[in-house]
Amino acid sequence: MTEPSPLLRVRDLKTYFVTEHGSGTARAVDGVSFDVRPGETLGIVGESGCGKTVTSLSILRLIPEPPGHIRPGSFIEFEGRNILTLEPRELRAVRGNQIAMIFQEPMTSLNPVFTVGDQIAEAAIVHQHLTSAAARRRAIEMLQLVGIPDPAERVDHYPHQMSGGMRQRVMIAMALVCHPKLLIADEPTTALDVTIQAQILELLERLQAELGMAVMLITHDLGVVAGTADRVVVMYAGQVVEQASTVELFARPLHPYTEGLLASVPRLDAPQQGRARGRLHSIPGQVPAATAWPDGCRFHPRCPYAWDRCRAEEPPLLDANEGREGEPGTHRARCWLVAEPQRRTARP
Amino acid sequence: MNVWNWVALGGAAVAALVVVAAVRRRARASVSGRRFFRHPTAAPGLFVLAFFVTIALAAPLVAPYQPYEQIDIDHLQNDAPSTRYILGTDPFSRDVWSRLAYGARISLGIGALAMLVAMTIGAAVGATAGYFRRWVDTALMRLVDVGLAMPRIFALLVVVALWGHIAVPVLVLLIGLTGWFATSRLVRAEVLSLREREFVAAARAIGAGPGRVIVRHVLPNAAAPIIVSAALGIGNVMLLEAGLSFLGMGVPSPAPSWGNMIADGLPKMAVAPWSATFPGLAISLVVMALNAVGDALRDALDPRKEAV
Amino acid sequence: MPGGGRPSLVAVQDLVKHFPGERAWFGLGRPRTVVRAVDGVSFAIQAGQTLGLVGESGCGKSTTGRAILRLVEPDGGRVTIDGLDVLTLGPRELRSLRRRMQIVFQDPYGSLNPRMTVRQMLVEPLVIHRIATGASAGAADAERRVAALLDEVGLNATFGRSYPHELSGGQRQRVGIARALSVEPEFLVLDEPVSALDVSVQAQVLNLLAELQERRRLTYLFIAHDLAVVKHIADEVAVMYLGKIVERAPAGVLYAAPRHPYTTSLLSAVPVPDPTAQRHRIVLAGDVPSPVRPPAGCPFHPRCPHPKKNDRCRTEPPALREVAPGQLAACHFADDPL
Repeated sequence: MTEPSPLLRVRDLKTYFVTEHGSGTARAVDGVSFDVRPGETLGIVGESGCGKTVTSLSILRLIPEPPGHIRPGSFIEFEGRNILTLEPRELRAVRGNQIAMIFQEPMTSLNPVFTVGDQIAEAAIVHQHLTSAAARRRAIEMLQLVGIPDPAERVDHYPHQMSGGMRQRVMIAMALVCHPKLLIADEPTTALDVTIQAQILELLERLQAELGMAVMLITHDLGVVAGTADRVVVMYAGQVVEQASTVELFARPLHPYTEGLLASVPRLDAPQQGRARGRLHSIPGQVPAATAWPDGCRFHPRCPYAWDRCRAEEPPLLDANEGREGEPGTHRARCWLVAEPQRRTARP
Repeated sequence: MNVWNWVALGGAAVAALVVVAAVRRRARASVSGRRFFRHPTAAPGLFVLAFFVTIALAAPLVAPYQPYEQIDIDHLQNDAPSTRYILGTDPFSRDVWSRLAYGARISLGIGALAMLVAMTIGAAVGATAGYFRRWVDTALMRLVDVGLAMPRIFALLVVVALWGHIAVPVLVLLIGLTGWFATSRLVRAEVLSLREREFVAAARAIGAGPGRVIVRHVLPNAAAPIIVSAALGIGNVMLLEAGLSFLGMGVPSPAPSWGNMIADGLPKMAVAPWSATFPGLAISLVVMALNAVGDALRDALDPRKEAV
Repeated sequence: MPGGGRPSLVAVQDLVKHFPGERAWFGLGRPRTVVRAVDGVSFAIQAGQTLGLVGESGCGKSTTGRAILRLVEPDGGRVTIDGLDVLTLGPRELRSLRRRMQIVFQDPYGSLNPRMTVRQMLVEPLVIHRIATGASAGAADAERRVAALLDEVGLNATFGRSYPHELSGGQRQRVGIARALSVEPEFLVLDEPVSALDVSVQAQVLNLLAELQERRRLTYLFIAHDLAVVKHIADEVAVMYLGKIVERAPAGVLYAAPRHPYTTSLLSAVPVPDPTAQRHRIVLAGDVPSPVRPPAGCPFHPRCPHPKKNDRCRTEPPALREVAPGQLAACHFADDPL
């Protein structure tokens, strides 16, 4: 079948950090591969320490060079161009222009001494070479687009005069000024109240439809991913451990980590059981340190199904749909259970 | 200087090196320790301090003469440095090196003790003002404002002039009492932010009274600026003492302090520069060393710098 | 009173806490603005039960929890623990009451003293309340108690020697819980205890809290903004908005049939981990308001999506009244919910 070629191709990305005094090297991202297709929303899900933020920063080469570095052998391609070999000038033409990024904490990502109008206009001036008057008009347009009331007045406000939700909208406006093809959103709603989160997610959906943009949404909230992502990549210990379409992932999670995560989230739609509500399923143990990933499968110390092979051999991403119904290559999991499903015995 | 003096002097240098090496080894185990020694001037500064402290402690061993001893008032005034009197003699025919060694006790001692007095009062006042706030804070801080506005050296001169001859312990107290104001502001600022931290609320929640909260929870976490301020402040105190002694209002002759040694030697500066220069150099060295160590400490103890 | 005739362990009535804003006259005059953080809150919790207190930022739920414990001094109202009037106690009586009521904080990184070891933190309450005194027999007793506490919260005894920065978020939170339990309280205020934790750790800590409640017969006030978490652990839920409770009901009732439009909006805004769920998401307009200048009339009216919203909502603040057995709501249209 013919598919549009991916907008972003990441292959075998490895980003390591040197730590002080010989704690060893932190292998924060250790061989991550995925695609982002034009116009789709890809959700990247994982808990702290899994490497999702470092992945997103690596794509735009925002990793501070010491102590971090992107290892040779990593490959990042955007619209056919290799990001990792771009000259600084060409890279700057991509950042903010073709690929834009919004962050978790809108207060610290906005410069407190400049008006929001100035900050939005800056991207327009730098990339589109607009005059300041034209850029200001554009800024007002963008504020309107992201749903800020009274944009002509607000354009001269400072970040501290705005609430968290508004600041996040300003961030989105800044990111979208140049109509990027890809928006990387790193936990954009985590710091916001739930009713504001709903507003921002709805805004992102609307803008994505209007502008035909692809979105890479990084989050730890499975509910957010279920509501907005087309495909999901689950990360653990610096690797992709499962990737599938959203519906597939929630209906048929293959990797025990994904399974565990889904089972341990308290759910609003669970039947109320009163006092006999019982325990939440919890994944035993904790995330290992990036300087000392376990041997073999990195999840094996916490996995209820682990057997000898898991301790000895690190599994590659295996295709779950090989030789069965379902499109090959659309659901992959880094787990030996894909090869030996009979070992998926009931949990004790 | 006889052979034993030289041996003792060498021993002092070795002792100082050993101390620095030992500190360095201990420091390697912690992030702040490593950060401390990343400053190129930290280790030399530490060495200079250790060296002078050792000299001060071992003064009887390294000094060939007594500091008051006027060796030969007729012939040995303002004698240039020689093998016998390695730093020369002063206008009263006293051995400059011996006076320097014994003077270290007084100058360093006054520096450290006065600083201790100032730190204690400053921390107590600052913590009280910062923790209790409201009128206590307002009252104390207005007092501090007055103290900061007061020209310190003039106030000390007035007191000394009125009092006449003052003993060294009293001098220590006076310098300490006039020097705590800036520290109290620093401590108050730290305490203001610390008292909002949740572990302070937790301490109150388990039933700790204000005294326990301040002493066991707040102050240990406010220690960093206090320590840095102390290190840098000792230098200030030494300069102050030197200035007072230079003006004749500090440590009374014939007790040697680096300040009054400069005063004694200044009239003969043109013909016999050594009696004023060497103590001056000593003061400069120690103050620079304290500044270097203080700077390195400030970086090392800065809680905002996270280790990778 | 919900739950039948059993006596309440904790009863709060018309609790008020205002924070003054800027004062005129260099800090000595009257404040120009007032933040009405807690503006007349009432509820009761029976022994062994959990009340979930939910709301978004600025609604006053954390302040309520701290005011009950007198970590901030309330400006009005009445709080009783087992019949004892908390707000009129003197310092010594308050200190002994602290043994019966404790708090666990949200931030596992900020709620532990970075300069104390775990052991020191757990021994301190024992010393303050003379539960195990420092004499030789007492010292052994203290060690025993510390070991037992660590075991109870699922930490190895060797953690006693650790400093907070050596522990993970989940481990620090367990230490915070152990510290609260060291004085053997009956009532625990849990101020967003799992909000700062990862999903998998969150589940572990929630299970621990449920276990402890069973074993020690504890009463919980569980403050949170995550409605799904509260659903899992609470028997009764109160929803706060701008310093007031706008709805209060047993958990099952509140989640199935909310009567206040804010509760309904809040519930619909929570993302559910099910991509096939058909959700009618009510998206509220406008920002979460600041408690400095609450609107006149019903505090929720500027954002309220109820189709029947009218002038009465703009001028008359609705009273919190019983609209169904055990369920209270503060809305003029509580009988005609969204």
